[in-house]
Amino acid sequence: MRTPIAYFLVLSSILFAIGTVGVLVRKNALIIFMSVELQLNAVNLTLVAFSRMHNSLDGQVLAFFSMVVAAAEVVVGLAIIVSVYRRIRSVNVDDAEALRG
Amino acid sequence: MSASGSLWLIPALPLLGAAINLLIGKRLGRSAGILATALVVASFVVSVAVVGSLLALGAEERIHTQHLFEWIRVGGFSVGADLRLDALSAVMILVVTGIGSLIHLYAIGYMHGDPRYGRFFAYLNLFVSFMLVLVLGENLLLLYVGWEGVGLCSYLLIGFWFEKTENANAAKKAFVTTRIGDTAMMIGLALLVLRFGTLDFSVIFGSAAGTLTKGAATTIALLLFAGAVGKSAQVPLHVWLPDAMAGPTPVSALIHAATMVTAGVYLVLRMHVIFEISGVALTVVAITGLVTMLFAGTCAFGQDDIKRVLAYSTVSQLGYMFMAAGMRAYSIALFMLVAHAFYKALMFLGAGSVMHGMHEETDMKRMGGLIRKMPVTGVTFIVGALALAGVFPLSGFFAKDEILEVASSTGRPWMYVLGTVGALVSALYMGRLVFLTFFGRARSEEAEHAHESSLVMTIPLIVLAVGAAVAGILDTSTDGLISRFVEPVVGSVPEGAAGIARSAVVTISLSLAVVGLFVTWVVYASGKIDWLALRVRMQPAQRVLEHGWYVDNYYSALLVTPGKAAAAWLAYVFDAKVVDGVVNGIGAAVRALARSGRRLQTGLVRTYALAFLAGAICLLVYVGFRL
Repeated sequence: MRTPIAYFLVLSSILFAIGTVGVLVRKNALIIFMSVELQLNAVNLTLVAFSRMHNSLDGQVLAFFSMVVAAAEVVVGLAIIVSVYRRIRSVNVDDAEALRG
Repeated sequence: MSASGSLWLIPALPLLGAAINLLIGKRLGRSAGILATALVVASFVVSVAVVGSLLALGAEERIHTQHLFEWIRVGGFSVGADLRLDALSAVMILVVTGIGSLIHLYAIGYMHGDPRYGRFFAYLNLFVSFMLVLVLGENLLLLYVGWEGVGLCSYLLIGFWFEKTENANAAKKAFVTTRIGDTAMMIGLALLVLRFGTLDFSVIFGSAAGTLTKGAATTIALLLFAGAVGKSAQVPLHVWLPDAMAGPTPVSALIHAATMVTAGVYLVLRMHVIFEISGVALTVVAITGLVTMLFAGTCAFGQDDIKRVLAYSTVSQLGYMFMAAGMRAYSIALFMLVAHAFYKALMFLGAGSVMHGMHEETDMKRMGGLIRKMPVTGVTFIVGALALAGVFPLSGFFAKDEILEVASSTGRPWMYVLGTVGALVSALYMGRLVFLTFFGRARSEEAEHAHESSLVMTIPLIVLAVGAAVAGILDTSTDGLISRFVEPVVGSVPEGAAGIARSAVVTISLSLAVVGLFVTWVVYASGKIDWLALRVRMQPAQRVLEHGWYVDNYYSALLVTPGKAAAAWLAYVFDAKVVDGVVNGIGAAVRALARSGRRLQTGLVRTYALAFLAGAICLLVYVGFRL
């Protein structure tokens, strides 16, 4: 018997909520980054779950696609964090406030 | 090459000369003038050949056309660069290239030593080229190109010695004043396109009678005539021509006497079909001509500057031409144009020769007795003056006489009477000019030591004098050579109501001319009357005439000063307060908005993330409700 779709969705929601809260409340850029990854993977889980439910590979393909994009994004994101660190000697996002109007 | 195939050469040759002289005129030195003259002469030779082949055809088939290329095509409207040579344009090109050649030749001597010698001839050639386009164009747009082109050259040449501010101002005045007429003319062309869908003469003439109502024809004809009024210096736009005398004298002879100013007459003759449908427009043309003729004649009598006398005289003579055209005597207007081109070009060149001999003096009060010092200039000038005054058997006699004859039979006797008065006035101002300049005693150092000009200047004078004397045979009656030649194009002179007998008209005008000349001789040359004392006694009247009835002052007070004030208000008040105010206001508003808007930019990434979340939630709620 198949696991009901609701299980996956609930797990995914929990992961996404954890990620969201992480992005909002943490100050360390690296942690925020990890939280974003968590959000992405929560969505990937949903995609795969729905894919299974509909017996269609579309969702899985999309999940792969988002993983690839996430990998590229990590490269860029980490590079930015390193540059920011070099400049202000901190990975605390609240310290990077040069854009305040 | 066939005759119609070589039409393009006629305007192209002077254009080539203009191009060469503009590019390398400086290096050519004295040969710049020779080159320019040679090319105009070549154009004259081609013209003669083409007109000769035209004469070989039957009277009704005398038309050559040449399609050069399609110029403009917009939707169904197209304009071709087409040339048309018929009897009317044949006469015009012969005048333009023939008299133009002589004036070019004269200018070689007259402009000798000028620092911008090459450029002068470039402009002069360019002018001839545009004038030929004007008279050869097969549609009104091509005519308009020539029309504006000659206006441009007129501007450039009036202001040729632009170092003097008054010359530059005269050029500007000529350009702006004629512009007023040209704008009206442009509107007229637009109306023609609206009615006919084309500007081709052949189409317009063919279908005008069925297409135009009387009212529409009147509107179009008057708009076109406004252009003619500007170009031909008729009242009320005549003010530019006397000032245009600031240009070199060959320019005055070529542009402001023989050719460009007659373009307005040509336009009326060319478009006479439309003027005739209207009828009212013809009356306007005739009355404008009559008023101008009398008005400018009186002004000419009051001038002391020899060139300004001739300028006002030109305005007056053009008035005669329009008078003739307004009475539907188109062929006589054309004949007068030809005769006038001869004797007025002659007199301008003669005046230039006098100025040359007198160290650029133009004030007749300082001349006198010059015929002894400058016999060729003097005799040829007198021939021209007698022709203008209408003395038998010179060309002006026949032209003026035929106009008066037609006027006497139009059923408007006042027109004949005023025309005859005009003949007396022209004899008076011409007599005054001749007797003051060439007779009596020398009244200045320069006049005593004046010298005759060189051959290159006197030969054109002699040729023109012969022309002015014998051109009368071209049209000795209203059924003369020119009249019959152009009849297929402009129709014959209308047979009016029985007027005064021709012999009476001739006797009256001739005796008035003689009386006028005699009176001026008594006053200015006989030595019996102290004319300087007389002049002082007549001071107020003399002042009014000298200033051309103060028309310039009225225009200045009524139009120019308010115009300048309006421009100043717009520039210093409206622009500074309103236009700049709007621009600065928008800028200030944006800045104020930005000052409050920038507070949103905290620089804290987590605030932004929170805003993302809020936005995402809002979107979700919205989508949820939609579903």
